[in-house]
Amino acid sequence: MLKLKVNNIDVEVEEGLTVLQACEKAGVEIPRFCYHEKLSIAGNCRMCLVEIEKSPKPVASCAMPASEGMNIKTNSSFVEKSRKGVMEFLLANHPLDCPVCDQGGECDLQDQSMFYGIDKSRYKENKRYVPEKKMGPLIKTQMTRCIHCTRCIRFATEIAGVPELGAIGRGEDMQITTYLEKSINSELSANVVDLCPVGALTSKPYVFEARPWELKKTESIDVMDAVGSNIRVDTYGWEVKRILPRINEDINEEWISDKTRHACDGLLNQRLDTPYIKYSGKFDRASWKEVFNIIKGKIKTTSPDKICGFSGDLVNMEALYLFKEFFYKILNSKNIESRSKNTYLNPEKRENYLFNSSINGIEDSDFIFIIGSNPRYEATMLNARIRKAFLKNKTKIISFDELGDLTYSYQSLDGKIETLKKIFDDEHYVSELIKNAKKPIIILGQSALKFEIGKFVFESFKIYLDKNKKISKEWHPLNIISENASTVGSFDLGVYKNTVGENEVLKNLQENKYEVIFLLGNDSLDFKKKDEFIIYIGSHGDKGAEIADVILPGAAFTEQDGHYTNLEGKIQKAYKASYPPNEAKEDWLIINQLAENISNKTFFKNLDEVEKNMFNSLNILKKNDSQIKHTFLKDIKFENHNIILDNIDYYYSNVIARASKTMYECRNEKIKLQLTETQN
Amino acid sequence: MSIKKISKDQPDKFEFSADNLLEAKKILERYPKDKKKSAVMALLYLAQNQNNNWIPLAAIKYIGKFLEMPYIKVYEVATFYSMYNLTPVGKYFIQVCTTTPCMLRGAYELVNLCKEKISKNENELSKNQNCSWMEVECLGACINAPMMQINNDYYEDLDKEKTLKILNEIINNVTPKPGSYRGRSNSEPENNRKTLMEIKNA
Repeated sequence: MLKLKVNNIDVEVEEGLTVLQACEKAGVEIPRFCYHEKLSIAGNCRMCLVEIEKSPKPVASCAMPASEGMNIKTNSSFVEKSRKGVMEFLLANHPLDCPVCDQGGECDLQDQSMFYGIDKSRYKENKRYVPEKKMGPLIKTQMTRCIHCTRCIRFATEIAGVPELGAIGRGEDMQITTYLEKSINSELSANVVDLCPVGALTSKPYVFEARPWELKKTESIDVMDAVGSNIRVDTYGWEVKRILPRINEDINEEWISDKTRHACDGLLNQRLDTPYIKYSGKFDRASWKEVFNIIKGKIKTTSPDKICGFSGDLVNMEALYLFKEFFYKILNSKNIESRSKNTYLNPEKRENYLFNSSINGIEDSDFIFIIGSNPRYEATMLNARIRKAFLKNKTKIISFDELGDLTYSYQSLDGKIETLKKIFDDEHYVSELIKNAKKPIIILGQSALKFEIGKFVFESFKIYLDKNKKISKEWHPLNIISENASTVGSFDLGVYKNTVGENEVLKNLQENKYEVIFLLGNDSLDFKKKDEFIIYIGSHGDKGAEIADVILPGAAFTEQDGHYTNLEGKIQKAYKASYPPNEAKEDWLIINQLAENISNKTFFKNLDEVEKNMFNSLNILKKNDSQIKHTFLKDIKFENHNIILDNIDYYYSNVIARASKTMYECRNEKIKLQLTETQN
Repeated sequence: MSIKKISKDQPDKFEFSADNLLEAKKILERYPKDKKKSAVMALLYLAQNQNNNWIPLAAIKYIGKFLEMPYIKVYEVATFYSMYNLTPVGKYFIQVCTTTPCMLRGAYELVNLCKEKISKNENELSKNQNCSWMEVECLGACINAPMMQINNDYYEDLDKEKTLKILNEIINNVTPKPGSYRGRSNSEPENNRKTLMEIKNA
């Protein structure tokens, strides 16, 4: 511990901190532009100047290591004068266009110039002109406003792992740009907009939409992938204007992926806002009463084992719980499923479908083995964490398949299933790596869990890791990257019908064995419709609504309160930020009213009751779960199928993204980039 | 100085010649294997020498691949330093010093001649495409002011007539004789040296 003085108050701080960090520990705020906790130190904006006793000149506190006995002053007139000087230089070339700047109201430069700015400019010279740069469909540039803090460059090189941004020229002529103004090829690129302390990089889809003080801010959870990034939803009336990250060090740190941030304009398009009934191939508007009666009539004349239900990728746990209760208690059917593909599931114990090592655990690991997954597209934030671990600990990373650029260097194996068998038989060098690692992480993606091979891959891994004593109370090395935001929640709540891991309901569906099908926000089923009666409950008119006979308009994730469990098994609540459009209703309410209509009894009184009951059933499950011991299946048969990686259409992965114009542009840009890459 | 312009006419391909490839590998040996990037400036200079005194974008890409570093990082270096040319400069690249000592001794006369004879603006090729000129900061030959550098040689002790002669020769594709144009050897006094007479090799 170091003893030092900040403004004549004694403080003790750990060794290895900078003066700025020490001041923050002492509760003194220091203005800054270039310094950021998560990025390397640049020390080029000079705004954080402080006075240190025995130092004749002011010192940039962000780049100065704190040392024993320092006497730091942050409130002297000397400090104020130096900071005013710095601010004057920063403003020398900064345009006075705050009224038309999107950063206005949340601009670091604007805020700090309130304290350190001078009301009049002493410059008569013309301000510098910098042409706008092209950085892709998400980032709007106005480079005359740039103060060269280089935060964006450091973010792209360090965190995103795409060293495509740089500063060309020097001095007054320095410009931030991408190489020959190509768009940034990263799924994290829009984070530079948050990082930019001025209005040089602003959000292109959000341009001139609203001022920060006009927006209602609601804390929520992202549903674009299973990671469950913490977000803040900003709404203006009904419209979701933008989505920003919230800090959660255990999950997304300070960043979110581009899809999380910019798919929100899909919430405005393609919405189902009134119930529809299909008459001879055409949809007609209807009232809630009509559709409920039609469904009631259909159900009365169908035997329960001919009814099935599929829940979708963005559904919250309250709706899932109610969906299951509705099937079990009202319809007396157990044909309910949350998996849209035939993936292997062993639901005996919770850890069989979780990311057990936890996202934070990635940083402690010393060996990572990825099988049948492209984490960059399946779980972007998790991939950023793997990159962080790679940079910090030089973690050895091996992928079973060749995955292209993952933003860190890794070794890839041949992707043949025989190789995996060799690993299990200790005949491959990877076996040694797993055995020698203290905290290995095995990541299984959805492609490795396809039914034909899933059982062999998953269960053999479990047996192999147990045999080598890698599974303990502190560390569980086997991890699954769940496909969707709702996946873990639905497994927890038992929304599946399992026979030896196979997706029985889907199989029967593809054989056209059902007569009535409920789709709760499910748009990714692959089957040929014959003469089934399909009821679609959901927010967007997409593949599910297209094949439906009756459409019940539901709410999107921003329009209802609901819980989501992320891939690590963490339960988080997304709050209601907006409301469903027109006649659309919240998902739980639709199922509840439908249930009451069919049974003529009250089902659940309100959402609180649903939530309470849901947590009760979850608690029972968790209690049971802790009492069950690991079991290991015997006689695992070797299946001679290679792991085929699914092609992931990252920007088009769910209904909201597919309805989003911004995602459409991003996808086009990506295709264009891939084309030019192959040409060279 | 303003930001460097990138030439619109770019060759499709750039590769080190056999000699330069050997040279480049020799340069790489000076640095640790995982610090290859350190060689970027030397290699850029090599590329510039090979390609008529300017660096095309293809060379930036080539060096990026050669040193396993992102293109933008090579590009940053190439735009930062004033001695890397990113547009063609012609066979004869003239740099006129206009820092104080040269300026006082009439450097702007040289500049005006360049404007008249070669091109109206700096960094522009002459009509016959074989030379261009630019103003630079001190080249360290103040005692022989005014002076200019053509490719790798210094032309010192100039005035209007002498410069005109040099420029005419260049335009006619003749390499002028480098050194002092008042017959001095290096920066010795004119005619003969006047001090340290007793030391032979002073």
